[in-house]
Amino acid sequence: MERTIRVLVAKPGLDGHDRGAKVIARALRDAGMEVIYTGLRQTPEQIVNAAIQEDADVIAMSILSGAHNHLFPRVLELLKDKGVDDVLVIGGGVIPDDDIPGLKAAGIAEVFTPGTPTSATIDFIRNNLKRKA
Amino acid sequence: MNDMDAMEKAAGAYQAGVEKTLSKFPERKKEFVTGSKSPVGRLYTPLETKKIDYLRDIGFPGEFPYTRGVQNTMYRGRLWTMRQYAGFSTAEESNKRYKFLLEQGTTGLSVAFDLPTQIGYDSDHPLSQGEVGKVGVAIDSLADMEILFDGIPMDKVSTSMTINAPAAILLAMYIVVAEKQGIAPGKLNGTIQNDILKEYVARGTYIFPPEPSMRLITDIFAYCATDVSSWNTISISGYHIREAGSTASQEVAFTIADGIAYVDAAIKAGLDIDDFGPRLSFFFNAHNDLFEEVAKFRAARRVWSRIMKERFGAKNPKSMMLRFHTQTGGSTLTAQQPDNNIVRVAIQALAAVLGGTQSLHTNSKDEAMALPTEASVRIALRTQQVIAHESGAAETVDPLAGSYYVESLTDRIQEEAEGYIAKIDAMGGAVKAIERGYIQQEIQDAAYAYQMDIESGERVVVGMNKFQVREDPPKGLLRVDPAVGEQQTKKLQALKARRDNGKVAVTLATLKAAAIGSDNLMPPILDAVRVYATLGEICDVLREVFGEYQQKVIL
Repeated sequence: MERTIRVLVAKPGLDGHDRGAKVIARALRDAGMEVIYTGLRQTPEQIVNAAIQEDADVIAMSILSGAHNHLFPRVLELLKDKGVDDVLVIGGGVIPDDDIPGLKAAGIAEVFTPGTPTSATIDFIRNNLKRKA
Repeated sequence: MNDMDAMEKAAGAYQAGVEKTLSKFPERKKEFVTGSKSPVGRLYTPLETKKIDYLRDIGFPGEFPYTRGVQNTMYRGRLWTMRQYAGFSTAEESNKRYKFLLEQGTTGLSVAFDLPTQIGYDSDHPLSQGEVGKVGVAIDSLADMEILFDGIPMDKVSTSMTINAPAAILLAMYIVVAEKQGIAPGKLNGTIQNDILKEYVARGTYIFPPEPSMRLITDIFAYCATDVSSWNTISISGYHIREAGSTASQEVAFTIADGIAYVDAAIKAGLDIDDFGPRLSFFFNAHNDLFEEVAKFRAARRVWSRIMKERFGAKNPKSMMLRFHTQTGGSTLTAQQPDNNIVRVAIQALAAVLGGTQSLHTNSKDEAMALPTEASVRIALRTQQVIAHESGAAETVDPLAGSYYVESLTDRIQEEAEGYIAKIDAMGGAVKAIERGYIQQEIQDAAYAYQMDIESGERVVVGMNKFQVREDPPKGLLRVDPAVGEQQTKKLQALKARRDNGKVAVTLATLKAAAIGSDNLMPPILDAVRVYATLGEICDVLREVFGEYQQKVIL
C-alpha cells in the first residue's frame, strides 16, 4: 500500500493573506494527503524545523507580500544546512513571472501563480516527490 | 378582486406560459444563483416585495433606517470621495505617488503601510527582512511621516490610513505632523482603520491579544471625541472578510457583529454612544454581482441603523448612519488577460455608487500580479470619473430602489445577516465567536466552495477557466527596489544618533506605566512620537505589558 504523502503548508514572513494557503491545504487533504498547516508569520527556521519534525515529504509555501525572493531561497538554504535533500519544496502566491527562474534556480521545484487550479498542484506533488513511497 | 389577487392570477398565467416554453426550450442552467451562491428567481414582481413596508423598511434618503442612503441629496450634493489606496517603498517615493494622484483628481488619500509597520516592527528588525516597503510605505518614526506628508495640505485633504494594531501610534504621528504644518487636530479629516477583530479572522496584522487591543481602540474613541472630533476613529471592515472568501451576507453579518463588539466595549469603558457613534465608519467590498452588491450596501445600512437605535438606544441620527468606504474586489481580478480587470472594476465601482458609498477605491488591472503602475492607477481613477460624470448613476438618489429584485435581495441579505448576528450573540459576541474559530470556519468553508466551483467550471471566470488565450508574461510591472530595507535601516541609525535619547527613554517609561494602569494611552503615545521614539520601540513597550496574540489555526 502507498504511504500517505505528508505536506507542510506554510506561510513565511509577515503576510496575512492565507485564503490561498488554506484552500490548498484543504484540497490536498481532500486528495488524500496528510496536511499540516503552520499558521501565519513563520520564519524560515520555524518552517524547516516543522518540516523535519513532521517528517514532511513536501513543503508548500504561500506568499502574497512580495517577500518571496528573500524568504523562499532561505528555506532551501536551511534545508541544505541540515542535510535535508529529499523534501519537495514548492511555492505559490502573487509572484511575478520574472522572478520564477531565480526561485527555481534556488531549488523551488515549481511556482504556482494566481488562477492555478488546485488539481495542478496536487498532480505536481504526486509526480515530483523526491522520496518514493 | 383586489390588486394582489389580480396579480396572483396574472402570475399564474405567466407561470403556465413559462412551463410551456420550458418544455421546448429549457433554460441555460438548472439553478441560477448570485455571486454568493444564493438562489435567484426567474422573475421578481410585487408579489415578492409585498411584505415590505416602504416607510418602515426603505424610507427616504437621510432618514431612518437609511436604506436609501445617509444624505438626503446624496451625489447631487457632492460626489463620493475618490480615494486610491497607495503606498510603497520609502516615504519619499510614496509622497511622490500621492502628489501624482492629487494632480490626477483624487479627492482623498489612502495610505498603505508595509507589513513591518502594520505589525509594529522597525525596518531593521529581523522579521522585517524582505518585507520593508513591499506592500506599502515603511514608516519607522515621525521623521518618515514628516516626509510622507511633505507639501500636502493636511487641512484640505482627507487621509485614510490602513493601520490597525498600531493605529494609535500612526494617528499620533499624523496629528504631530499636522501641528508642525500649523493645523490643529480638530481640523483634521480622515480615518484610521483601527479594526483589530477582522485582523484576527481575515487579514492577519494583529499584535496584541483582544482585551488590550479593544482598550487601545476605545482609548482612541475617547481621545478623538474631544480632541480630533472630525476624525473617523474606526473603519469597521468587511472588505478583508470578503476577500478571505465570505459571501455577501457573511460580509455584512461579520462586519456588523464586529461593530457591535466595539460599541459594547466603548460603552463598557464608560463612553456615551452618541459621543463616539457618529465617528464610526465602515469599509466594504464590491464584487461582480451588481444587484447583489447594491442590495448588500442597502441592507447593511438598514441593519446597522436598527441596531444602533433599538439595541443601543442611540438618539443622535448620526450615530445610526452607516457611512462606508468601498474598494473593488481584489480577489476577483485575474492574472490572465489583465485588461479584462478594467471591466470587472467598472461593474464593481458602479455597484458601490448605486449602493451609496461615501468613498471609493478602484483597483488597478495589474493588481493580481503586482502593485499598480501609474498608468494603471490612472485608468482605475478614470473609471470612477466616467461613472461620476458620464453614466448618470450619480444624478438621482438610490436609483435601484423599488426594483422588485433589488428590494427582495436587500431583504434577503438583511435576514441572512441578522441570522448570523443572532448566532454570534448567542456565542457571547464577536470576540468569543472568533476565539472559537466560528467566523474563520464559516469564511473558509465559503472560500473553498468558491474555488471548487471554479474548478468544476460551474462558476465561469472569463479568461481564467473559460475563454483562455495563450499570453506572454506581462511587462512593465512595478517593482520595489530591494535596497529599501537598507535605506530605512540607515535612516533609523541616523535618527537614533541625532534625537534626544534621554527624552525617548522617559516618554517610553511613562507610556509603560500608563499601559500597566488604565489611563488613556493616546497622550503618552503622542509624547513618545514627538521626541521621535520609533514605532518599534513604542510597540515593544506595549508588547511587554500586553503580550502578543497567538493565532488560532483553523483548517
